[in-house]
Amino acid sequence: MTNSIEELENSDVILLTGSNTREMHPVISSFIKRGVVSGKTKLIVADPRRIDLVDFAEIWLRQKPGSDVAWLNGLMHVIIKEGLYAKKYVEERTEDFEALKKAVSTYTPERVEEISGIPAADIIAAARLYAAAPAAAIAYAMGITQHINGTDAVKSVANLSMLCGNIGIESGGVNPLRGQNNVQGACDMGALPNVLTAYQSVTLPEVREKFAKYWGVSSLPEKPGLTIVETIDAAAKGQIKGLFIVGENPMISDPDLHHVEEGLRKLDFLVVQDIFLTETAKLADVVLPAACFAEKEGTFSNTERRVQRVRKAVDAPGEAKADWEIMGEIASRMGYKNMKYASAEAIFDEMAKVTPSYAGMTYARLDDGGLQWPCPTADHPGTKFLHKEKFVRGKGKFHAIEWIPPAEPTDSEYPLILITGRVLYQYHTGTMTRRSEGLNGCAPECFVEINPVDAQKLGIANGEMVKVSSRRGNLTAKAVVGEMTDVGAIFIPFHYFEAAANNLTIAALDPQAKIPEYKVCAVKVEKTK
Amino acid sequence: MDDKLTLTINGISVRGKKGQTVLEVCRENSIKVPTLCFHPKMPPYGGCRLCIVEIQNMRGLPPSCTTPATDGMNISTHTDRLFKIRRTVLELLLAYGDHNCLMCEKNSECELQNLVYEHGIDTVRYKTNFVPKPLDDSSSMIVRDPNKCVLCGRCVRGCLSVQVNGVIDIAARGSDSFITTFNGGLLNDSNCAFCGECVASCPTGALTQKQSRFKGRPWELKKVQTTCTYCGVGCQLELNVKDNEVVKVTTDPELGGPNQGSLCVKGRFGNDFINHPDRLKVPLVKKNGHLQESTWDEALKIVADKMGSIKKTSGPDSLAFFSSARTTNEENYLVSKFARAVIGTNNVDHCARL
Repeated sequence: MTNSIEELENSDVILLTGSNTREMHPVISSFIKRGVVSGKTKLIVADPRRIDLVDFAEIWLRQKPGSDVAWLNGLMHVIIKEGLYAKKYVEERTEDFEALKKAVSTYTPERVEEISGIPAADIIAAARLYAAAPAAAIAYAMGITQHINGTDAVKSVANLSMLCGNIGIESGGVNPLRGQNNVQGACDMGALPNVLTAYQSVTLPEVREKFAKYWGVSSLPEKPGLTIVETIDAAAKGQIKGLFIVGENPMISDPDLHHVEEGLRKLDFLVVQDIFLTETAKLADVVLPAACFAEKEGTFSNTERRVQRVRKAVDAPGEAKADWEIMGEIASRMGYKNMKYASAEAIFDEMAKVTPSYAGMTYARLDDGGLQWPCPTADHPGTKFLHKEKFVRGKGKFHAIEWIPPAEPTDSEYPLILITGRVLYQYHTGTMTRRSEGLNGCAPECFVEINPVDAQKLGIANGEMVKVSSRRGNLTAKAVVGEMTDVGAIFIPFHYFEAAANNLTIAALDPQAKIPEYKVCAVKVEKTK
Repeated sequence: MDDKLTLTINGISVRGKKGQTVLEVCRENSIKVPTLCFHPKMPPYGGCRLCIVEIQNMRGLPPSCTTPATDGMNISTHTDRLFKIRRTVLELLLAYGDHNCLMCEKNSECELQNLVYEHGIDTVRYKTNFVPKPLDDSSSMIVRDPNKCVLCGRCVRGCLSVQVNGVIDIAARGSDSFITTFNGGLLNDSNCAFCGECVASCPTGALTQKQSRFKGRPWELKKVQTTCTYCGVGCQLELNVKDNEVVKVTTDPELGGPNQGSLCVKGRFGNDFINHPDRLKVPLVKKNGHLQESTWDEALKIVADKMGSIKKTSGPDSLAFFSSARTTNEENYLVSKFARAVIGTNNVDHCARL
């Protein structure tokens, strides 16, 4: 997030899109709802599903899945045409406005209605409402990013925010709501194939030199590595022979699970380090028992860039050990001596020295409420919101973006769009939540949300078991007939191994972010006999 | 503009700010006025009548939580008259409920119990027609005991004003009042999202966490502050530990962090996986096609040898690492360091995209 969670309670307008916030980030949703009921905030929801927060919205845009770039361009078209944009801000703080203006010029409300299904009048109303706000925040999640043009959609979000002068101000900004406890931190720490800590690129010689010197090796690899989905592909082709998985469960979380299993089975050697024997661990050659968050020291970085302490409350069960201890022991056995640490704090101190945005942080400083990066020096208070007065790169760059349709269109054989996602009571692959009595009791089984119009056409009644198939696989689950999804679309949560939605999904990737298109693929639904 | 106020409380001159209530000025000046319905996260309610004070030139006994502080006010908070009235209020609360501390989860951290003790109550002078009501234990997470409810309304305001869910409310009038869901059904049949804001707000044992019942009394629990392991909000919470087991999760606005004392159902009620019998306890090694229990020494030797030989025969880029958005920063840093410095590959990623 460019801004902080608490600021959302004071935004004049919040445009919330691709985020079922009340289920996925309930605590953040309370900030938004409090702003709305106090009369301060007007909420615009853009979501193909009728999520709970629609009840709090001034305007609800129900776009067709995969049309985000189009309707975002449509809002900008109206804002530019009516002269509602922040002219001084655009002139002084941004570049390439003309390219944006040209790109969005063809996205008239009428054309956008055709692509997205959103009535032209609603596009105009939302554009005016957003543009008129002194401080407007955009909050989004995987509904925006999990498309083959996810990167483009995020750039479009940034375009819109800059166009109205909302980046670099309190209660404004571009705010991705991150789904997992430390997904921000894992990225910050360089658990990515193209960057080291704090997004320092592996392709830069001076970066590699700095880290090589610090880590006591002669050189570091310069060619960017493979992402998760690419790794699975390479394994299936025999190019990746050994895979070490720490706390991940691709056998439920990755697209096209038959393909994932094929890739994992083809490996010469698979190690899985986890807290439970997951569906993925069952395929491993070696399984290493890890400590969970309650059993170790460390830090997590949250969605608003706040680095906070994790503290040990209980001992790990049996012989399980913290992941950092295990990694250190394997490194030693492989002859590398610079990974022996006395404590998690020692690792943090080493990391902070090579990570500019974390350089001012210590465990002692984090004790009192954590710190938000960038925090470059020991006396820096941390950063509540980014790009104040000046963008990190200098000028804010507008990108001219064209909409492209999703990878797999519907057809007569597979006539419905499948949207996958999550539910309040489960978390990711369910490894933890399905073992929690209270949580699993509230959402014990998979379901298929289907609109009454489609249900009637297919002769499906609420609560009946249905078979859902795509070109890649199928599953059977209970139909929930209701207005949550629009005509022509269904929704299935992906948490359930026995009815894994990722049997159906397509491994089509965004060319830049390599994110799979989890929010659109073509399926058919049938009554089970 | 000067927004400072000068007031006299119990004969002492104190400062306050415009917009503050009398209770807030008292608290800021370390004057402890008894309260039950007051909660710092919620709008004032003025329901329990325990925070009543005497204010010169003002009629009656105004509740300090809803009375705006004004310049020159002369306030008394602890006169004999106030003490007697508060005692009567507390006795009536006891008479209209079933408050047996020996059989209560909140024993020792109950605000009613503390107030009763502080007011020296050892007998209840009133007989009432109180009829015990049935418990609502329909949910596997929250137990509602209306017999321990003092109708302070903190659960209602927590649900409506803090979480903005509005699942519960106070129904009926006077001594018939009770907390109810929409249509008076069980909590499990309501649209409750089980965030537990109501439980955290309750001053008595009327709302308690079901899973932690009889797992440890307040004074036996060690509280360890940490960061929630679920979504990316990073809520601060306290793991309550007894005998090396996490038995309960609590929170407090004082902990700081982004959540300001609130949690969701996963953070508050989803931590029983920690002590689940399925947890991996020893390394496993595949032998004859089956995973079998092994030792750290054997397992780590296999991992180091095998990765070493793959690197040697097929090159560093034939190995890959999936790090985890579940593990700590320190551990993600190490997986990256391991892949790059020990193996020599940039094939490292995690589930950020999934």
